[in-house]
Amino acid sequence: MSVIEPTITSPIAKTVSDGWIATRRNVYKLRRDPEIFIFSLIQPIMFVLLFNYVFAGAIQVEGGDYTQFLMAGIFAQTIVLSSTYSGSAMAQDLKDGIIDRFRTLPMSSAAVLIGRTFGDLVINSSSLIVMMITGFVIGWRIDSSLPEAALAILLLLFFSYAFSWVMALIGMSVRSPEIINNVSFLVLFPMTFLSNAFVPSETLPGPLRVFAEWNPVSALIQATRELFGNIPVGIPTGDSWLQQNPITTVFIALVLMLLIFIPLSIRKFKSISSR
Amino acid sequence: MLAESECQLSFIQANNLVKTYQANKREVKALDGLSLEVPKGTVKGLLGPNGAGKTTTVKVLTTLIEPDSGEASIDGVNVLENPEAIKRMIGVSGQYAAVDQKLTGYENLEMVGRLYHLGAKKAKQRATELIEMFDLVEAANRPVKGFSGGMRRRIDLAGALVIKPPVLFLDEPTTGLDPRSRLGLWQVIKDLVSDGTTVLLTTQYLEEADQLADSIAVIDSGKVIAEGTSDELKMQIGGQRVELSLVRIDDIEKGKSLLAEISQGEVSVGNDGRTISAPVDNAPSALQQSLKIFAEENIELNDAGMRRPTLDDVFLELTGHKAEVEA
Repeated sequence: MSVIEPTITSPIAKTVSDGWIATRRNVYKLRRDPEIFIFSLIQPIMFVLLFNYVFAGAIQVEGGDYTQFLMAGIFAQTIVLSSTYSGSAMAQDLKDGIIDRFRTLPMSSAAVLIGRTFGDLVINSSSLIVMMITGFVIGWRIDSSLPEAALAILLLLFFSYAFSWVMALIGMSVRSPEIINNVSFLVLFPMTFLSNAFVPSETLPGPLRVFAEWNPVSALIQATRELFGNIPVGIPTGDSWLQQNPITTVFIALVLMLLIFIPLSIRKFKSISSR
Repeated sequence: MLAESECQLSFIQANNLVKTYQANKREVKALDGLSLEVPKGTVKGLLGPNGAGKTTTVKVLTTLIEPDSGEASIDGVNVLENPEAIKRMIGVSGQYAAVDQKLTGYENLEMVGRLYHLGAKKAKQRATELIEMFDLVEAANRPVKGFSGGMRRRIDLAGALVIKPPVLFLDEPTTGLDPRSRLGLWQVIKDLVSDGTTVLLTTQYLEEADQLADSIAVIDSGKVIAEGTSDELKMQIGGQRVELSLVRIDDIEKGKSLLAEISQGEVSVGNDGRTISAPVDNAPSALQQSLKIFAEENIELNDAGMRRPTLDDVFLELTGHKAEVEA
């Protein structure tokens, strides 16, 4: 019995090929297990409708309509929360021993993480489309140019992609899908609420207001609102530099997250094993 | 001559491996100076209870974890310095290196082939071959989740064979299987090793080691405590044994003390709670004697006989002994 030799030998070709195979695995799994996918589409619809009809009457947004104000907040909250899945899926793979199998194969150490984050990008893109359609139905409109709207969508998706790497590292570190879900609820949920997602940050009491203004999620929401043309010009946008320069802030946050968490996650992957 | 002496060299070699884990703020020595040699083309059984260090040993040799100290090599390639080359030589299957439950059997095997960089065509071809070889054709397009335990182990084993590796690690390949599936899987493994693959097999089952391994290393607390062929290990515990099966379980204590009077070592009790056995010098006369004593004491027997020691006896003797030293 002689060993079957590989046909791909260059390191870059290997990373691309392995990354694709690992992404494909997650897409197969979504197709086979559509509950996760369906839930990730139903939840944002529910949020859009709940917040719009429950809060719209009570919350006054200066110079504007609450539906226009709300949508960017829902977009950002949904993609930040759904990054939880990147973490819990890594923890689950570790628990199931699949990571061990992968680590005994001569594949690229980045591949499983590439597959995870790209697979989750598929979910996030789909839920963003569903949310936008739901928004259109209840009266949300894009009031800007096509390039600006496209940039808003790209920022949201890139942010979700970068955040997936952060959560993947956490998933590999805590090793329990259940803990990840709890951490997510305790950290990400307040983080998305203590922002300008549902109310203008200036209406929040002192310390919360400071937190909300310096929260990068607020910058993402502010940037998205501006780019979709959902905020009337001249509305105060908060005093922090983050709020004044939201697009720059989001770019910096994206680059920092990717630069820090891609190498850390890959390094973590090279040393993890079940039990 | 040179070729011959090369064949004698160990293919898998581990020297003085030490690995310490932190568990609940206590240091646990998973490996405590474990050394191991597996000659080319042979099957080595690594036998030990849960937590003895079997899986840790396999994880070190398959590049999954780094030991605190010690060295390991496969076919002269250093496992710690050149893990990428090792990964091209080994196949791993077992309780931890699993397949994806949500993918089908075919998808799993094709994926593994692609990740060995066989290319799309060869990976598909090899997956189909393995599906046929392991008699999984009907289940090939169903998710592994719905497979029976035996089928799942077969697909797992097939995953280890995708590149026809010269070295195979099987970590508790039949743990949790029913006896019939276990027998089936043993046959599969026997067929595999007949064509010269070098195998390191871990197991909790003495019978499994006895059936599959050319040579057995008994490990406990991270060390090899005995090594040899199954016959050699059996010799270590002495000659023949007398075995008696009692009708009434209540008689067990009395039976043990009676048998102890004529035995040359410790009396052991079988899993059924009513079978007692002990090593003796002259089995026929010891059997006669014990039958007489038991009749006098009115202890009824289901069965009585002489037998050679099993690996169970070896194991109890070895690890039991160790436990006494520790206490």
